[in-house]
Amino acid sequence: MLMNLFKFKGGVKPPTNKTQSVTLPIAQAPLPSRLVVPLHQSIGGVPQPVVQAGDKVLKGQLIGEADGWISAAVHAPTSGTVLEVAMHVQPHPSGLDAMCVVIEPDGKDEWIAHQPFDYANAAPEAVREYLQQSGVVGLGGAVFPTHGKLTPSKTVPMEELVINGAECEPFITCDDLLMRERAEEVVRGIGIFRDLLQPKKVLIGIEDNKPEAAAAMRAAVDALGEAFLVVPVPTLYPAGGAKQLIRVLTGKEVPASKRSTDLGVQCFNVATAYTAWRAIAHGEPVVSRLVTLSGNVHAPRNYEVLIGTPMGELLQLAQPHPDTDGIVMGGPMMGFLVPDAKVPVVKATNCLIAHSDRIFPPKAPEMPCIRCGACAQACPHELQPFEMYWFSRAKNFGKTQEYHIFDCIECGCCSFVCPSRIPLVQYFRFAKSEIWAREREKKAADTAKERFEFKQLREEREKAEKAEKLAKAAAAQAAKKAAEAAAAAAAESTAPAAAAAPAGEAAPSTDAAPAVAVDAAQEAKKAAIAAAMARAKAQREAAQPKNTEVLSSAAQHDVADIEARRAAAHLTDPEPGTPPAPASEKAE
Amino acid sequence: MMFAPAPYLLKDVSVSQVMTQVCIALVPGIAAYAWLVGPAILVQIVIASLAALLAEALMLRIQGKPLAMFLSDGSAVVTAWLIALAFPPLAPWWLVVTGTVFAIVVAKQLYGGLGQNPFNPAMIAFAVCIVAFPALMSQWPSVGLQLSLVDQMNVILGFMPRVDALSGATPLDAMKTALKLGEGSVDVAHLLANQDIYGNFAGRGWEWVAVGYLVGGLWLFQRKLITWHVPTAFIGALVVISGALWLYNPAQFASPLFHLFSGAAMLGAFFIATDPVSGCTTPRGKLIFGAGCGLLAYIIRVFGGYPDGVAFAVLLMNLSAPVIDLLTQPPIFGMKDKA
Repeated sequence: MLMNLFKFKGGVKPPTNKTQSVTLPIAQAPLPSRLVVPLHQSIGGVPQPVVQAGDKVLKGQLIGEADGWISAAVHAPTSGTVLEVAMHVQPHPSGLDAMCVVIEPDGKDEWIAHQPFDYANAAPEAVREYLQQSGVVGLGGAVFPTHGKLTPSKTVPMEELVINGAECEPFITCDDLLMRERAEEVVRGIGIFRDLLQPKKVLIGIEDNKPEAAAAMRAAVDALGEAFLVVPVPTLYPAGGAKQLIRVLTGKEVPASKRSTDLGVQCFNVATAYTAWRAIAHGEPVVSRLVTLSGNVHAPRNYEVLIGTPMGELLQLAQPHPDTDGIVMGGPMMGFLVPDAKVPVVKATNCLIAHSDRIFPPKAPEMPCIRCGACAQACPHELQPFEMYWFSRAKNFGKTQEYHIFDCIECGCCSFVCPSRIPLVQYFRFAKSEIWAREREKKAADTAKERFEFKQLREEREKAEKAEKLAKAAAAQAAKKAAEAAAAAAAESTAPAAAAAPAGEAAPSTDAAPAVAVDAAQEAKKAAIAAAMARAKAQREAAQPKNTEVLSSAAQHDVADIEARRAAAHLTDPEPGTPPAPASEKAE
Repeated sequence: MMFAPAPYLLKDVSVSQVMTQVCIALVPGIAAYAWLVGPAILVQIVIASLAALLAEALMLRIQGKPLAMFLSDGSAVVTAWLIALAFPPLAPWWLVVTGTVFAIVVAKQLYGGLGQNPFNPAMIAFAVCIVAFPALMSQWPSVGLQLSLVDQMNVILGFMPRVDALSGATPLDAMKTALKLGEGSVDVAHLLANQDIYGNFAGRGWEWVAVGYLVGGLWLFQRKLITWHVPTAFIGALVVISGALWLYNPAQFASPLFHLFSGAAMLGAFFIATDPVSGCTTPRGKLIFGAGCGLLAYIIRVFGGYPDGVAFAVLLMNLSAPVIDLLTQPPIFGMKDKA
């Protein structure tokens, strides 16, 4: 089973710190006192709550309905009572709140009626929809709704299905333990993805520092008679990045501007495959996940944790040391310090690391960049981080884009190796969000401008139409008058003359009538325009709010008094002696 | 709760570690140098280091920057050591101080300090002094001159007159002058036969100083503090042009071996042209930069009026580095077929 592996450039080798949390098997975390389940736990649309305060819910019951195709349902992690549907602080560096369903467990952990999905007789479309309804999302950390990645490209044949069991971040071992203990279910889940995507090959990439996991997976693949290849890949951070793993296993490089399916590859995490299988085979939606508890703790271990479990409460299981001063969600390379110990475990939470200065020494102060190029050598996307840093710092965001800032995957390799201790990734996040904000602003301004121009155009048109209509009416009237006058004139002339007069003689009068009509029409038009302008002016004035309008009558009275006093003191009026005007007129 | 961005794990590296290792890499060369000319070079290194640190401290103070952090980064010391090694070992103290202060104050701090200097400060010091004090900068101790430390100190501090024995030329300079004076009648092989000046292959004693720099430079490469690009391109270009002319007329042009191990070629290839701040950063850019340095150094040292060409070669390439970088941006991950 020798396979030709490829290399990606760059990468770093931080101390892995994995051994401490793999000595014990996966344990079930106890029911917490309260579950705070955020509704928005995947990329895409925010699921709509379908429960309200006071509702009794069962484990696995739908509490948030997927909103749109790129969105995934959310379910009650245990049975109990909905306390509230309200805003709570999120496990996100911003510390912002988002809508959550808060559930008080009843302790019974009672499942809602559920049964296996009839997979054998289901159309692919139905399988995808079922996975969406089961809340299956990418558990590697990106939480992209899995069903959205299970449609093969219509134009490019699917060549390789890459399964990510690399787990390259230090400290994290949840995928390792999952593969060791539940390899069969993972492999069965991969089978579902294979059925839907029909790839030519299935490659399961596992970093070579996890031989037990690789052996377990290989055994499961053999036992199930699958042709999947379990491939040990060199331990090199970030080999577990989807693009890096695809590169290592297939030699293909997916740029930021393309989807991997455009190159005939798709990639899923092992834990995602596992939850997909649980959903299909047992009808269990995603209500829990494996979480590694590690770092500055006495008893590091992996736990099966209900979504919504408060992190601080969960971390107690691992007995954090007293000098613990924060919780890092995710690994030490790409994770973040959560804003509050109350924040809940979500589908993206693969690891909690108790933070202390002992395990993560405070950084030395930032020094100037010496352009040593260590970051460029470490960058797995072959970018020039020091150049992007330079332009980010100068807020020259156009230049950062020329240096491909949006190809940056924020893996942290550059910051890791920087001798000047520059938090490079932080600069790139800043630049990216500034660029996004500016684009949003520009879009909003463009829309507003468009709307305004359209309104102006419409007003002009309406004005013109009205003027034309008036003009026509006036012309018609004038013509009628002229005709009447002509008729009268004709009646006044002698009967014989009139009788003898050739048709041609009437010509002057018929000529005169249109001339009069044109004059009248112009007059009418002018009048109409003047009227329209007056109306528009009146409208404009009416539309312009005056800061004195919304005041209470008492306040208006006060204002009038003040204005009167001012006028008396010649403060406002240039002409002495003019009587004080009412406040509303003064505002003009 | 505190805010600190990932990554929380960091490699144990710092600017001062980088600079310290550069200094360590200079030690073999300095040892050979001290063995050749005596402890004078160590005195010069101390003088230059003190001058650099004082100038740096003064400039940091004026700018209100943290003194301890920047003085301990080691960059000023590296500049000082390179200046001491590039200047004649028995140059008067004030010449070394002038060069060093100019390098730190003008070439480094006035441009914004660490990481901001477009030109290599040590080479600026050399260029300024050789233009301003050409005679003093060309006086190298005669071969075999044996002076005690006290005498050397007296020369450096100006208590002893600068006798003729102090105003020799480097082997490189001697070769050029001899060939020029000979007007075609003198033969390189004939000159090299004088082992008192030219030693075994490039310059008596000096060749071993160059070997010391080579050893230190290879160690820097092994420590991954420099990449192979600049030294390889520098040495490659020097070998190609000197080799071509040597093959064309071996009587009038010295061999590549002679050029590699004389003057500042090795120091330049491994320690000066590899300065990341003022050099190129892209792989192809580094190759162009290194090759340009080697080529220009040869042209200036053989056809120009100065005893060696490394300083001006490096400065000229510093000038071109930004545009070279701009034009040699490597293709990124996933975009290679387009580039």
